[in-house]
Amino acid sequence: MCRRVVVLRVEVCARARERRGLALAEAGVPATTYRGNRVRRSSDKETGMIVAGIDVGSKNTKIVALRDGEVAVRVTVSSGFDQEESARVGLEKAAAELDIGFDDFAFVAATGVGRKAIAFAGHLLTEVAADARGAAALDPEARTVIDVGADEARAIRVDEGGKVLDFAVNEKCAAGAGAFVEAMSRALEVSLKEFGEISLESTESIPMNAQCTVFAESEVVSLIHSNTAPKDIARAVHDAMAGRVSAMVRRAGVQGAVVIGGGVAHNVGFVQALKDTLGVAELRVLPQPEYLGALGAALAAADKAGDKAGEGARVAGEA
Amino acid sequence: MTEEIQEFWRWSEKNWRAPGLDWRDASVVTAGIDVGSVSSQAVILADGVVFAYHSTRTGSNSPDSAKKALGGATEGTGMTLDDVHYVVGTGYGRVNVPFANRAITEIACHARGANSMIGPTVRTILDMGGQDCKVIRCDEKGKVQNFIMNDKCAAGTGRGMEVIADALGVPIEDIGSRSFDIDDEPPPVSNVCTVFAKSEATALLKAGWSINRVLASYCAAMAERVAGLIDRLGMEPEFFITGGIAKNAGVVRRIERLVGVKAVPLPDDTDLDPQIAGALGAALFAHALYRKEQRAAAAAG
Repeated sequence: MCRRVVVLRVEVCARARERRGLALAEAGVPATTYRGNRVRRSSDKETGMIVAGIDVGSKNTKIVALRDGEVAVRVTVSSGFDQEESARVGLEKAAAELDIGFDDFAFVAATGVGRKAIAFAGHLLTEVAADARGAAALDPEARTVIDVGADEARAIRVDEGGKVLDFAVNEKCAAGAGAFVEAMSRALEVSLKEFGEISLESTESIPMNAQCTVFAESEVVSLIHSNTAPKDIARAVHDAMAGRVSAMVRRAGVQGAVVIGGGVAHNVGFVQALKDTLGVAELRVLPQPEYLGALGAALAAADKAGDKAGEGARVAGEA
Repeated sequence: MTEEIQEFWRWSEKNWRAPGLDWRDASVVTAGIDVGSVSSQAVILADGVVFAYHSTRTGSNSPDSAKKALGGATEGTGMTLDDVHYVVGTGYGRVNVPFANRAITEIACHARGANSMIGPTVRTILDMGGQDCKVIRCDEKGKVQNFIMNDKCAAGTGRGMEVIADALGVPIEDIGSRSFDIDDEPPPVSNVCTVFAKSEATALLKAGWSINRVLASYCAAMAERVAGLIDRLGMEPEFFITGGIAKNAGVVRRIERLVGVKAVPLPDDTDLDPQIAGALGAALFAHALYRKEQRAAAAAG
């Protein structure tokens, strides 16, 4: 699958911002209080307009920064306990790589389960909106978008414009999310990567009875004790989870090109099992799948930055 | 030198013998064996009266667990399997009790056992087992009228409590009392998924919550989950709780608070344990079935 370059039509002009700054100065607003505004003077330098999208997941926080609409840097940090602090550390990292200051992002948008903790974000969007947005940019043909993360999974049906038509979410049960596969690979004592790979070599399909992650762990242990080949156990685990995820996908509806993002999309064993269970000819794994939500948030941030610049121009024009 | 790893989830096994009772004096000796997913119990009746019981951990093999439970109950009494006239198996592994004359569902057995422990006034029984949770409605004879169960998900089961005992390093038998040693009742953690509840609990610890407060929050979540199940079937007093979690006051008191009904306690003069209700019911069924067989044989002969 080819990697599509995200191109944005952000009509930002540095002059508009200059004018807004001027208008504010004329209105007696001192320049320092203007710092809080996300419309920064960064574009005055030769850095281009830089925005960031933060996806605060249950396990990892992913950050995508765009420079003039193109992905400039990707950063992942552990979400940890203090989500805002983790996001700040991640954003500082991104800023350092871009050689700009923390305050130099023209706009920051956040999504993900912990998005509300990010006080410094100028805009919050739901995971569904972010995923739809990101997927439309990565694969314009995508009509069914699946995102399987560590603790959550969702399926979104979108139209040709990337607009959300319907969606289904599982955020209640670990058995339908990455945590399930992770727990099982731990029980088998193989790395997640290997767990996915060996699953493809399996020739035998054995059903798993347990639906719950906690119970499935004991089931995997008893399968190990009954000398079941690890590759067959891995396949059984992926098939079981694919069954649950595909039920959720069907609730949202399957149509057109089906794409998958989220960290679990790296798991080849799961992707194969999901493709088989869904009965689709092709299940496209999005490039850098774990950054799907962050990319969507970054694209939304770029829009907002554009709007603000436009607004600034209007204000200045009226003044 | 290896350090011994403490297993916080491991509850102590229990063995009880009726004082001053000799099974050799009884004309009918029956046994009920409840092979659960986590624990196995055996109850031995001498002429319909509890003579001995034993509670042990279920191993990976159901027939062995059944033998272990019965072996524990008969140990030192001189009783062998041949002395037992009738055996009824129940629980998750009931079909794997090799020496059982019959297998009866744990739902019927818990209702029967609760009826015997508390009396004919019991209508709603909550059985919180190791890997499932059931709410049973029965009549004054202990006959099942309706039930509802969750056996798909660890939330609201003993296994869920073991997971948290291990995660927080608190002996499982201390959880109930420690969960009340708090200043104010905290909001519950996720009541839907044990995996998420565990990560929430560890996050709360990191946020500076005391272990007791986290335990309270976890017990509250479990109570909420179970109360939801009770609500679906409807609560009709009297209310009795069986299974291992009946011994966890932290969960029981919070369930009572949510459903607005107090669970009837076991009478003070009994040494029975709510965890053996299923095996007791099975043993009572065994007694009745054996008597019925005898009567049929007498009528035929």
